[in-house]
Amino acid sequence: MEIYLILMLVLMILGSIYSLHAKDLLSAVISYGIVGFALVIAFLLLQAPDLAIVQVVVEIITLIIMIAVIKDSTSEELKSKFNPKFYIYFAVVAIFAILFFYIFDRVTGTLSQFGEHFTRMATAYIEGSQETGSANLVTGVIFDFRAYDTLGEATVLFTAVIGVLTILRIKGKKKEK
Amino acid sequence: MIVYILCFILFIVGLYGVVTKRNLIKIIIGLAIMEYSVNLFLILIGYVNNGTAPILPVPDALKNKPFVDPLPQAMILTAIVIGLATTALLLSIAIRLYRKYGTFDIRKINSLKG
Repeated sequence: MEIYLILMLVLMILGSIYSLHAKDLLSAVISYGIVGFALVIAFLLLQAPDLAIVQVVVEIITLIIMIAVIKDSTSEELKSKFNPKFYIYFAVVAIFAILFFYIFDRVTGTLSQFGEHFTRMATAYIEGSQETGSANLVTGVIFDFRAYDTLGEATVLFTAVIGVLTILRIKGKKKEK
Repeated sequence: MIVYILCFILFIVGLYGVVTKRNLIKIIIGLAIMEYSVNLFLILIGYVNNGTAPILPVPDALKNKPFVDPLPQAMILTAIVIGLATTALLLSIAIRLYRKYGTFDIRKINSLKG
């Protein structure tokens, strides 16, 4: 099982590298789709069917919005002369990569190995799953034990929708004569 | 352990895209890739060997059987939907900037005048 997961992760890395280096913005968006759909398969391999369904829907909507933006503007990548500042940017990325890797190494040292997780915090949710009456433990946690989180999520979603509508409004205020 | 490291490499690729690219659409793609890698990392932590999905068709169906942790899955389900909302907001800002300046180049979008 783990070998398929490694395969999917390598596919995601290759797709993201190609997506960032593509000459055409449309092909960049399509290879970004590779990353998202490989993530769906990774979720299925990790026994998370709810997440896989949500990720499929989210990925398709994101691709539709991105393609709509590109059709409405231009799909040409900027002409890139070689920029001497590129070395500075690359050094910044390298420094942050080393810093993050140090923290990552310290943190994963305290975690258990892959696949040997021991449920500590979720034990109460699992034991109380009979009270929710839900067959699916994930939806039991979302809509029963942590329902206020879901309420907050809905608030964030509606705020983002209001923001998008405000930004995309064509007509401004009428000027007073 | 190699799975964690590959997930980390994916995060660094997204960071590279955000820092070095000049095109707004590429920057948004880089941000989305970073978000995906963080989501995947948290799900990877909650995995149990030979575990099944946390779904109980009948009560006590999973007694003494390994199953994956439902708590990270519930949290990430929220995070994925919020990620969609932020990406849509970023893309709408990008299209407004394109209408005003006629380019996606962030160096030419430098005037803060209203």
